[in-house]
Amino acid sequence: MTGFLQNTFNGLVSGAFYALLALGLAVIFGMLRVVNFAHGAFYMLGAFGAYVLLSEAGVPFWAALVIMPLGLALLGMALERAVIHRLTRLDPLYNFLLTFGLTLILQDLVKTRYGVQSSPYATPAELSGSVDFGLFDFPTYRVFILGFAVLLCVAVWWVLTRTRIGMVVRAATERPELTRAFGIDVGRWVTPVFGFGIGLAGLAGVLAAPMRAVNPLMGADLIIVIFAVVVIGGLGSIFGSVAAGFGIGLVQAWGEAYLSEFPIVSQTIVFVVMAAVLLWRPAGLFGREEAPA
Amino acid sequence: MTATVDTEAAPARSGLLAVARAPGWVRYALLAAGLAVALWLPNGLYPAVAVDILCWALFAVSVDLLLGFTGLMSFGHAAFWGTSAYLTGLVAVHAGLPFPVAVLAGAFGAAALALPIGYLAVKRTGIYFAMVTLAFAQMVYYVANEWRSVTGGENGLQGVPRSLFGLDLTDDYYFYYAILPIVLFGLAAAWRITHSPFGRVLVGIRDNPARARALGYPVHRYKLTAFVLSGFIAGLGGGLFAVGHRFVSLDVLHWTTSGKAVIVVVLGGIGTLWGGVLGAAVVVRLEDWLSFSGFEAIGLVTGGIFVLVVLLFRRGIWGSVAALVLRWMAARRR
Repeated sequence: MTGFLQNTFNGLVSGAFYALLALGLAVIFGMLRVVNFAHGAFYMLGAFGAYVLLSEAGVPFWAALVIMPLGLALLGMALERAVIHRLTRLDPLYNFLLTFGLTLILQDLVKTRYGVQSSPYATPAELSGSVDFGLFDFPTYRVFILGFAVLLCVAVWWVLTRTRIGMVVRAATERPELTRAFGIDVGRWVTPVFGFGIGLAGLAGVLAAPMRAVNPLMGADLIIVIFAVVVIGGLGSIFGSVAAGFGIGLVQAWGEAYLSEFPIVSQTIVFVVMAAVLLWRPAGLFGREEAPA
Repeated sequence: MTATVDTEAAPARSGLLAVARAPGWVRYALLAAGLAVALWLPNGLYPAVAVDILCWALFAVSVDLLLGFTGLMSFGHAAFWGTSAYLTGLVAVHAGLPFPVAVLAGAFGAAALALPIGYLAVKRTGIYFAMVTLAFAQMVYYVANEWRSVTGGENGLQGVPRSLFGLDLTDDYYFYYAILPIVLFGLAAAWRITHSPFGRVLVGIRDNPARARALGYPVHRYKLTAFVLSGFIAGLGGGLFAVGHRFVSLDVLHWTTSGKAVIVVVLGGIGTLWGGVLGAAVVVRLEDWLSFSGFEAIGLVTGGIFVLVVLLFRRGIWGSVAALVLRWMAARRR
């Protein structure tokens, strides 16, 4: 029982990363119809930025947790204005290719400057140690991540459903022309929403720095898993993306624990789930059917 | 693709039709020139580079068959290229069969893999299709990485022989001419597919899936058939690539390989078929030159090409040239 709870907890923690990344991807897709391949690269930049800030400027984790997401959000907004914006009127495939190219560039820039080896990042002192839950204890840092991610998801949900900005964003996502016809300037929100999504990826990166190996390729394979996650949840559905993120984290952790004689399972189970979802509900668990094609 | 019409790519796609409308002698002249270049190539380049160009040409054409003629962007074609590379290598190493037989076995294996992946992937369209194929290709990558006893894992599969009835093909120059017929067969097959009634239906599905369905065409089945055929051609290229390098590494299955295949097609010109061949020649030559001059960060260049081509050159080489030539011909007629 204790083992099961521990696995479940670890699954939720890795699911929290999936959820944060999928959330940013879904928000950006909703507003811009852009599937941002570079999302994993921005996650990597978040983690790497935190590492460089600490090792070269002595900036602590808590400051990095604010600086990196804001900085990356600004970078994202600049990129949106400079290039992505030029292609949003075309088939979304072009922006997919563009952000793929950006991914290769960002990865190689970091690689040529810092090499490919992984760098350690110390857990902040306030969050080291573990929390005793009676039956078992968990590393404080992981408890913090889980709480923080859930809080963030709830906050985003609150903003989207309970504020005027959220209302505009949701309306623009579902019916852009009609929203414009009501006299709402949809274009005004495009760049900030893109920056926000990128900021979330950067934030996830900073959170990951003390837990995962920090290296230039840490976001590369992750982004593909995130794509599978959003296909499972339904990219159009923000709730679906977050739920699928946590769900896949759980399934992976359980697979790893109870099918440990097959190490391949934990890596591929997400794709098996995706295949099942495509068979059963092609639009994703929480997605709506696309226009018939 | 989604039902929205992609106005930007339309001129690029009509590139093929434009050439098809060019007078007969122009087409035959182009074909003859193309064959002449193919026969001359290893005399002008390093033969090893020429071999790579041939393999990548098949790969690009297989991707264009889906992207340009069916409206499906596969971002996971490395799965078929790489699976065939491994299968070809395994057959050649363990069975000692002539390399064309091994390559054929690899290509059929790739087509067999394309069947289930395609069956699932064609349930989605547009950007989702790209994500789904990418995800399944990554799954194949993980399996190959984990299945070390067969694939050699990160060490790769070594010592793939170039056997062909006792002929000595160790020299890349002669090997080039040994594989040229297979490559031409693959290219001709792609041309035949796109110019058949079946290919016309594919283009119809690309341009207006709803109407194709209303006319009674089983859209999913057409897409799946195109996907499997494309997997087979990609497999031909991948198998030859394995024999050409006498070595298979995990790179052949990596997602960057899938992405490179797509950008080769975009650079050459989406929906132009031969544009992919040109794109392959440019990219392979460029990467060879970069690695020869000791440039480390190839990703910077490949990524830069991606960004520039997508931003400024969406018609691709073939599409741009075809548009220029047609404009010139139209002006002369007036």
